[in-house]
Amino acid sequence: MLFAMNKNALLLLGCPELPVQTSIALYLANRLKNAGMDVFIAGTDAALELLKVSDPEGHYVDVEKMIKLDKCIESLAEKRMDFYLCSVFMHNDAGIAYLATVHGISNAKLFAIIFGNDADSISEQIEFNCEKLVAKAVHNPLPLKRKIDDKIKEVKRWAV
Amino acid sequence: MGCIELMKPEILLSDTSFKEGREFIRRNFREVYEVEPGYKLFDVYLIGVSPIPIAIEDESVIFPYVKPCRGTFVLKMEGKEEIELLRRSK
Repeated sequence: MLFAMNKNALLLLGCPELPVQTSIALYLANRLKNAGMDVFIAGTDAALELLKVSDPEGHYVDVEKMIKLDKCIESLAEKRMDFYLCSVFMHNDAGIAYLATVHGISNAKLFAIIFGNDADSISEQIEFNCEKLVAKAVHNPLPLKRKIDDKIKEVKRWAV
Repeated sequence: MGCIELMKPEILLSDTSFKEGREFIRRNFREVYEVEPGYKLFDVYLIGVSPIPIAIEDESVIFPYVKPCRGTFVLKMEGKEEIELLRRSK
């Protein structure tokens, strides 16, 4: 079962230049947390600061569970840490490289959250199997939120 | 670029895609090794799509370095120990 109790999840954020990333990260973190998962978020300093400012009381993500991106990759590569599921947020070429890296160094069930104007072309460049949630969203998070809601519904159906 | 940046690498290519960076290394260097994502080089774990090429020229290694917001760079840095490890792992 995907959203089971006591499972941990990692949201690995990309470059925070597109506005939808922070809101979708907080939304997904909240959904996963409400499903009983322990949620960690990795990202660049700027991506993590955006989360801290958007969620000052830590309702959605505990500050202690925010990890610097390089540190997160190091811990995964050294097998000091792993997750039940990992969602990699991506909207550029570097995102593909990060997704491929997590695919190589982690055993987590992998979800690619793909957004931005080039979402379709980025999705097509992924050469290995993983779950893809793709929406051409830049400013408006709703298309991506719908994809996430649909996936969660689907997973809940499997789990029944 | 964090610690790598402090080591003042020579930048051979910047703001490119990982694929282009990989092709650049394969095309321009004769001694090229392939490693998996997460391979430790100097003090960083390489990010990229498998296989990641690392070239050797004289006493330097040439490798792709990915930054989340600025794409892929191809860097050249002196690294005798890294060269030894690469050649030994062949």
